[in-house]
Amino acid sequence: MDLASAKMIGAGLAVMALAGVGVGIGNIFAALVNAVGRNPSARSKVFGIGILGFALTEAVALYALVIAFLILFG
Amino acid sequence: MAANKTSPLEQFTIHRIVPIHIGRLDASFTNSALLMCIVVGLVVAFMALSMRGARLVPSRWQSMAELSYEFIANMVRDNAGAAGARYFPFVFTLFMFILFSNLVGLFPFSYTVTSQFIVTAGLAVTVFIGVTIIAFARHGFHFFTFFFPEGAPVIMAPLLVPIEIISYLSRPFSLAIRLFANMMAGHIMLAVFAGFVVSLGLFGVLPILFDSVLIGFEVFIGILQAYVFAILACLYLNDALYMH
Repeated sequence: MDLASAKMIGAGLAVMALAGVGVGIGNIFAALVNAVGRNPSARSKVFGIGILGFALTEAVALYALVIAFLILFG
Repeated sequence: MAANKTSPLEQFTIHRIVPIHIGRLDASFTNSALLMCIVVGLVVAFMALSMRGARLVPSRWQSMAELSYEFIANMVRDNAGAAGARYFPFVFTLFMFILFSNLVGLFPFSYTVTSQFIVTAGLAVTVFIGVTIIAFARHGFHFFTFFFPEGAPVIMAPLLVPIEIISYLSRPFSLAIRLFANMMAGHIMLAVFAGFVVSLGLFGVLPILFDSVLIGFEVFIGILQAYVFAILACLYLNDALYMH
């Protein structure tokens, strides 16, 4: 197997981590919707933390993307 | 068409506008440096001009400046406590610089300063080294008890301490890569979809519509990433000042 094909396969494997990130982000917003559903007045309190959690989880997806780019173009 | 095929990574190349070579050091004024000057100029102009002739009942510009000040002041006070309030100017500068860099990069023919890893790494390492120095100045060698969470059984120490040390040392990396990767990925997506427009002919309207929505999303992500960087700096400061 030559290097270029191995790089492509490596990059493809690296982005499989995004499955976990999808589950994580879904979890955060499920919790957010649940919290607002049970107690609509808490919306302003939990919304900020929910968005912060989303940003931190999205960052993990981008770490995987950076590794994929490093494999593909490094 | 295939002859002048440009890759989506081409938008990140650095051009020297004014070549300056000091001995072997290449200190040229690049497009990245130009955009940084523009960003700093915009932040200073925004804050200074908005607060000119400040009235008790604020005008629109003044209330925007005051809103951003209060937003960060509340965040610093909530997350870093009373002792952390003296670091407010640093966190505010950090937040405004990253926010304006992210947003100015979305203009056509502009350049996103924070899409270069060296820029975000510089900011993240500054925060990390600053916070570590503050921790040592405040706690001395007692700082090393930070790596052993209290209440944990001593048996677990050989396992816990290396993990805690590694996770502490990975903070500047995660801080830098989070911002850099968000900005780079956003701009690459914009470029990739824009590249589809001509080849799709009549249906080229669809990538244009998607790009419009994507720019809106990128504005949101730019603001969010600036906020995340600032709030993580406050949380690390909290760790340094109060040690859990």
